[in-house]
Amino acid sequence: MTTVEDASALLHEPVKRSILDRPRSTTGPWSWFTTVDHKKIAIMYGTTAMFFFLVGGVEALMIRLQLAQPNGTILSAARYNEFFTMHGTTMVFLMGMPLAAAFGNYFLPLMIGARDVAFPRLNMFGYWVFLFGGIFIYSSFALGGAPDGGWFGYAPLTSTPLSQGFLPGRGADFWAVGLIMLGIGSVATAVNFIVTALNMRAPGMTMMKMPVFVWMMLVVAFLTLFAMPPLTAALIQVFMDRNFHTNFFNAAAGGDPLLYQNLFWIFGHPEVYILILPGMAIVSEILPVFSRKPLFGYSVVVFSGIAIGFLGWGVWAHHMFATGIGPVATSAFSLSTMLIGIPTGVKIFNWLATVWGGSVRLRTPMLFALGFIAQFTIGGLSGVLHSIVPADTQQTDTYFVVAHFHYVLFGGLVFAIFGGIYYWYPKIFGKMLNESLGKLNFWLMVIGFNLTFFPMHFLGMQGEPRRTYTYPSGMGWGTLNLMATIGAFVIALSVLVFLVNVIFTRQRGELAPEDPWDARTLEWLTSSPPPEYNFAEIPIVTSRDEFWHRKYTEDDEGRLVKLPPSPEAEIPARRDPHEPHNIHMPSPSYWPFVLALGLPIMGYGFVFKLWWLLAIGALVTFFGINAWTTEPASEETH
Amino acid sequence: MAQTAVAPSEPAAPHAASAHQTNTGVSNNKLAIWVFLASESLFFGAFIATYFLYRGRDAQFLKGPSPSSLLNIPFTSVTSFVLLMSSLTMVLALAAIQRGDHRRFRIWILATALFGMTFIGGQVYEFTEFYREGLHLGTNLFGTTFFVLTGLHGAHVTIGIVWLLSLWGRSMQGNLGPEKHEAVEIAGLYWHFVDVVWIFIFTAVYLIPQH
Amino acid sequence: MLDRMQRLRRGAITAVGTAAAVVVLASCGSAASHNRQDALHPEGPAAHKILNLMTPFFWVAVVIGAGVLFMTIFVAVRFRERPGEDRNPVQTHGNVVLEVSWTIIPFLILAVMAVPTVATIFNLAKIPKGPNVIHVDVAARQWFWQYEYTDKGTGFYTANEMHIPVNRPVVLSLTSNNVDHSFWVPELAGKKDVIPGHPNTLTIEASKVGTYTGQCAEYCGLSHANMRLRVIAESESDYDAWVAQQKTPLSDAKVAQFTNTISSKWGCLSCHSVTNLDKTVTATIGPNLTHVGDREAFAGDIYPMTLDNLTKWVYDAPGQKPAGPLKGWMPNFSKTGMTMTQAQQIARFLLCDTATDPNSHPECR
Repeated sequence: MTTVEDASALLHEPVKRSILDRPRSTTGPWSWFTTVDHKKIAIMYGTTAMFFFLVGGVEALMIRLQLAQPNGTILSAARYNEFFTMHGTTMVFLMGMPLAAAFGNYFLPLMIGARDVAFPRLNMFGYWVFLFGGIFIYSSFALGGAPDGGWFGYAPLTSTPLSQGFLPGRGADFWAVGLIMLGIGSVATAVNFIVTALNMRAPGMTMMKMPVFVWMMLVVAFLTLFAMPPLTAALIQVFMDRNFHTNFFNAAAGGDPLLYQNLFWIFGHPEVYILILPGMAIVSEILPVFSRKPLFGYSVVVFSGIAIGFLGWGVWAHHMFATGIGPVATSAFSLSTMLIGIPTGVKIFNWLATVWGGSVRLRTPMLFALGFIAQFTIGGLSGVLHSIVPADTQQTDTYFVVAHFHYVLFGGLVFAIFGGIYYWYPKIFGKMLNESLGKLNFWLMVIGFNLTFFPMHFLGMQGEPRRTYTYPSGMGWGTLNLMATIGAFVIALSVLVFLVNVIFTRQRGELAPEDPWDARTLEWLTSSPPPEYNFAEIPIVTSRDEFWHRKYTEDDEGRLVKLPPSPEAEIPARRDPHEPHNIHMPSPSYWPFVLALGLPIMGYGFVFKLWWLLAIGALVTFFGINAWTTEPASEETH
Repeated sequence: MAQTAVAPSEPAAPHAASAHQTNTGVSNNKLAIWVFLASESLFFGAFIATYFLYRGRDAQFLKGPSPSSLLNIPFTSVTSFVLLMSSLTMVLALAAIQRGDHRRFRIWILATALFGMTFIGGQVYEFTEFYREGLHLGTNLFGTTFFVLTGLHGAHVTIGIVWLLSLWGRSMQGNLGPEKHEAVEIAGLYWHFVDVVWIFIFTAVYLIPQH
Repeated sequence: MLDRMQRLRRGAITAVGTAAAVVVLASCGSAASHNRQDALHPEGPAAHKILNLMTPFFWVAVVIGAGVLFMTIFVAVRFRERPGEDRNPVQTHGNVVLEVSWTIIPFLILAVMAVPTVATIFNLAKIPKGPNVIHVDVAARQWFWQYEYTDKGTGFYTANEMHIPVNRPVVLSLTSNNVDHSFWVPELAGKKDVIPGHPNTLTIEASKVGTYTGQCAEYCGLSHANMRLRVIAESESDYDAWVAQQKTPLSDAKVAQFTNTISSKWGCLSCHSVTNLDKTVTATIGPNLTHVGDREAFAGDIYPMTLDNLTKWVYDAPGQKPAGPLKGWMPNFSKTGMTMTQAQQIARFLLCDTATDPNSHPECR
């Protein structure tokens, strides 16, 4: 359905429409509830995830305030434990993964020349599940206490029944049920992305002509697909132990707490690649554009990504080096962990070689991408040090690990995300984010980030363990902790600058052209923002970096030769001002919302053991599925 | 240069699920169910692995009723056979709708659902028997792993039965024409998967001897 | 001719560079006067082996990290597009030689790293045997460490403060009957998790007389941060004297006094014991109190052993160490009728009557 309604259509339409009829409008505020447009969904994912980023950031600031001095009294032990648990849970499940879904959602179809994803309503369902899952988990603060067993929720601490009082409150139930819920949404999105990338590429786009971004999102989707089930299994087992007195992790009955750790980390290690590969994907797109050179070694970068996807399944027990699994097992995982450093390192060198010899424009997206390279490398190197098992027995569960993963996930992923936001903002919103504020954002973030996390390498080696709500005076940890706290507030300042930039741009931002950066991939072959149907005509692809090759060719020396302006390099809308009428887009729908709504209802039923509530939720879900499957994907009205 | 080019004015619409318009040649819906079932395999794999890890451990810990004292292999073999036969009727149902025989389709899909319900009935009987013999969720490791593993499988079968009955219902309403045969094929894939998982569970729990 | 943007850029780089220098120097500087929990100051063979293994690769990592950092800045600056310039860079798509090299070279470095790593793993996994070895059963509780010395000539319980003789290996058997914990004394050895159902072994040995601190390193609930410990390494003769003291039971009179005047009113013996080898379940819920007055600190090694601290603890333990709803933990006796005076009397008993040498505490004179 197009957004233009011509007069003749109005005459043919029935006057009365009830609220129960299928929604039709694709504009206006209500359309955001019923949309199935991947671009709108992406914006919803991104905005919600950024909101959770702020929430997780506030939690981090509270943690840092508590730890700024020895014997801190800002947060009680109970509150601190909730905050570090929720900070981790939020950043991993409510910020990192959804932001990857946001970028993937917006750009995967555009980059492969498609009009939408394979399953638009499933896409929307994935978003609602994310939103409801996040609200569900956070509602625990008001309903008896937030999760406080750590983001990783080790049994038997979390699996011991409530009556034992190991952890105050039913936070662990909210955590287990909430994560199962979020997992359902993630798997739905993973299925969607896989089918889209495999089935809906424009004619001529073979797999090896896909942008690296698409490749990485495809690997991430497969990782998600296979990593979520072991986690779901572990969470069900924890929930059953807690609430139904099963013995999965009850050592007195022969249960094995290490089973939990194994299942969790079989999920948990691929999870960290699920988190970082989108960041690598974004950086792989930004660097070539701002160096005016193609990505160095496309095939190697793609195969490294796939290799990381495979090898990532063979390293999980490196999170368990201190658990006493024996020298043979620890040696094996030590070696596999070292091995996975190779494809990762290869990518770093390929990225640097991309920039080498280029014509480098140090605009904000590029600064963030460069920051990614340096900081991710530092994090990767501390990771390699972790692979030295004896050294890891000193490092694990200390602030050294905290430094390591923040370098890869913040210095890496978050920097890449900010780079992606600055890079693609013009395409998504039609305006350029302010460049001066962007640079200020970047530099404050670099300073704040490194000030916060670099000292933690030393705190860890000097004996400060993780997950401790306070530490005594006389340990010599005070100065570095204070430094880290100050750094955290500098980060907060940089995020504030970002928000100011967004608001400023909304009011007075410079309008963006279709191709502000002289970019390489197909999403730039549309207006800014693109129309609902993306492309008036599906492009026919003949090479990698298809858009670039419609603008430039290479001479014998391998230097660029600008091609004369041609219809293929122009956005079709410019040539033909009339909206195309023969494109059938999937229609909006209520059912993803309804189906998703059933899940938190069931969730509350499970947590509070209200079986009638569970039944209601199941009915809502069943009703939603039924209505959805009997509704066609697209309604033709003319 | 250009491969099978679609005419420029005819877009590759997202709901074009028909096979010839996708890059892989497999329709979107069918590819999706295969991908989803791959995920489900790991889900059951985790619980089967848990079962194997905890096999035989009860002897050193909580003891309680043991598998050999409870499991009724002849009985469960019969119900397993019924479930296996339901896959056959599923195949027949698909063949019927593909050739447009709606009456036969409804007979075979209903038969599939009924066989599934018989299997579930057998499970319910077995669960209540074990419960009466003193095996609860928390009695020992066998109670924990057995009930949760087979319970989750039973839940998946139940969802499948509801799915099949809804297809039957739609056919009764005239809403399931031969062009929608893929919907049946996809339900069939799910049903066969649930059957295969049972084969693994049956082997692991009932057939491999334990004490 | 520096325009505004160039000046800003220079300023930013200078600021970042200075900040980086400050961070690095402060971090290194902090290590100069070190605490007794510092993995960078090993005082035992295991901790030494670990640091010796890590150090060369740490420096390799620093070099590589600095190299990548340098290259990142270098390529950004060297190939920067100048205003007005329209450089046309060669569109290099790849270079097989380079790509193979930077795959093989990291592989070789890692191979070099792998060999001593595996060797050290197996070396540290060996459990020493023989008459020279001391054995301690470590039971991790919420939130303290219980020790049972089991060798011939020993045979007693104590808590949190472990005495060992220098230059003798001490094999710790680690068990838990509640949640996961982790035993960690960085200056002596790496950590080992304590997992219910999975007894683990850790060997520690000190090469120098001194006090080495550690703490639980696996999140175990509300007071995870308050589950500390200390290992006191002493000369052979001092250690023997300490063992003799710990083995010596309290006099019957003292035990009677505790049982009849304190425990009868407040129920202490339902969790604690004042006989040093009581293995009953109730006796090992809380720390053994037979010679608690000898220890330098208590409550998971977090409060120095003074009359005042002990009094506050006995009066309202949950107020001193968060426990939440944990079943079977120290009650808040102030809420069940204990007065400050009563608390002080009990504290005095614990401090002075259980101590081998009461004069070591000024409050006992």
